[in-house]
Amino acid sequence: MVGTKIVGIAALLIILAGCGGTAGTAVGDGPGAAPGVAGGASASGLDDGGFAAGGAFEEDYGQTAGGAALDNRVIYFGYDDADVDAASLEMLEAHGAYLAENVGTAVRLEGHADERGSREYNIGLGERRVQAVRQILLLQGVTGTQISSVSYGEERPAVLGSDEEAWSLNRRVELIYAD
Amino acid sequence: MLTVKTGKLKMTGAKAWSRALWLCILAAPIAVAELRIEISQGIDQAVPIAVVPFAWEGSGAAPFDVAGLVSSDLARSGRFRPLAPESMLAQPTRGRDVDFGDWRIMGVEVVIVGRLIATAPDSYTIQFQVFDVFRGEQLLGYRQPATRAQLRGASHLVADMIYQELTGVPGIFSTRIAYITVNGQPPRQTNRLVVADADGANARTLVESDEPLMSPAWSPDGRKIAYVSFEHKHASIYVQTLRSGTRQRVSSRPGVNGAPAWSPDGRFLALTLSKADGNLDIYTLNLSNQVLKRLTEGASIDTEPDWSNDGKHIYFTSDRAGRPQVYRLPATGGRAERVSFEGPYNARPRISPDGEAIAVVHNDRGNYRIAVVDPEHGYTQVLTEGALDESPSFAPNGETLIYATRHGERGVLATVTTDGRIHQRISSVDGDVREPAWSPYRRH
Repeated sequence: MVGTKIVGIAALLIILAGCGGTAGTAVGDGPGAAPGVAGGASASGLDDGGFAAGGAFEEDYGQTAGGAALDNRVIYFGYDDADVDAASLEMLEAHGAYLAENVGTAVRLEGHADERGSREYNIGLGERRVQAVRQILLLQGVTGTQISSVSYGEERPAVLGSDEEAWSLNRRVELIYAD
Repeated sequence: MLTVKTGKLKMTGAKAWSRALWLCILAAPIAVAELRIEISQGIDQAVPIAVVPFAWEGSGAAPFDVAGLVSSDLARSGRFRPLAPESMLAQPTRGRDVDFGDWRIMGVEVVIVGRLIATAPDSYTIQFQVFDVFRGEQLLGYRQPATRAQLRGASHLVADMIYQELTGVPGIFSTRIAYITVNGQPPRQTNRLVVADADGANARTLVESDEPLMSPAWSPDGRKIAYVSFEHKHASIYVQTLRSGTRQRVSSRPGVNGAPAWSPDGRFLALTLSKADGNLDIYTLNLSNQVLKRLTEGASIDTEPDWSNDGKHIYFTSDRAGRPQVYRLPATGGRAERVSFEGPYNARPRISPDGEAIAVVHNDRGNYRIAVVDPEHGYTQVLTEGALDESPSFAPNGETLIYATRHGERGVLATVTTDGRIHQRISSVDGDVREPAWSPYRRH
């Protein structure tokens, strides 16, 4: 999860850097920022109208942080429970804020369980997890009509395997935005 | 009596609502890979018997090996050990030709002899006799008529009669099994609801979908199956008639629609709904007027209903005390009482045909296994040894449970007798096999 987030931010940095070599150096901690380096030719170009680009980057970066939270669309749960941990709560609040601002956007919640135990009871666990996520989104001001849901129980594992790691990755709710 | 479908394949395809999904309801079901059943643990005292190859009275080659099928049925039960035909000192086909001395020498306790007789075009009679070798007397003699297409089913009936004569318990060789198979991974996954004979033969697909299928349940007359389908990317309960393949969507309310269970009179389905509030509760649905009645309330997960044999009670799984356990309440509504007490997890109750045992998925020191619970005293007996066993279903004679287990990474079926003595492994060609449901006895 954390890994995805870092990759997301890194990817955005690369994209922004690609938009103008200027922005990349404006961050100030790259080798390009060091004066007198051969590559400084571009650095000098940066000093001219480069400042405005740097400012734009700051704003983009702010959005990027939110964007990364929105990129994170899976909430994981403990065995036989539906408690949302603090990190997931923060992530869900970002989704909730986004959906509340974009009332025309719909999200589908898909609840899942690990493979242990009986299948219909696991449908119940998946549904309970969906409802926990749904309540958090509603508290953020999302309207009920924006949210649809299904519980797949153990029928749609994200990861194959019968060990703790696979099980922990399969106890989840996925947020799926309509295209 | 028995009907073997030979009609043309007719596919009722998915409609416009499911461009991205596909689904086939098969009116005349297509054949799919068959299951192979083998005894993985039998009993030492299996009774030595001989099913002598039957005589054929007709022209050309015999249309069916009746004795071969009867012999393999009886062997598969784990209670009998048939002598190979090549080891027989003689192969009589009439009672009067049986020399009991020959069979005593071979240590055979029961001898079955018979004939398959062509009586008219597409009309046959299976005539057979069962002898107690030591007493030298006939236990059973019977004539069973059949058409050519019915010869396999009629041979299973013969095995049923012999089994009942020898054990006192009705045979289950002419029953069927419904189950779910899953091949591949989403989005290219094939989910099938399949019905096969109890010996794994005649496997036919009833429904095929790229979304999950769950919880098949036989109607008490064995003519329909209720099941859950996610074909709309949402759970719905369908009732499908086996013979015609036609089906009806009986519940597609917001949220969970799951765990259908027929009342013994076939007029009601107990089912699980979550409706808009997301809280799973047990309801009954009157199939003739669609009237829904809510039986449970509260924030707990209440699901997996099953009816007592007299239709007066509904057993179900609930985590109202924290962890899933089995409870029971009156089918007309009322207070629920707890039934299971041993261990942290007892779910998906299935009531035995005599009502004296409840099969459950039981957490046995971290392993999910099939156990039977005594409904009066709560005493629990673990029957299986897997780590992820689930979905127990009683054979209609109550002697055997079929359930889903794992063999390596794959989901397979297995059976165990309710005394825990005989285990069968049921292998399939590929993919996962799960959620077996044993049919009622055939109505003849």
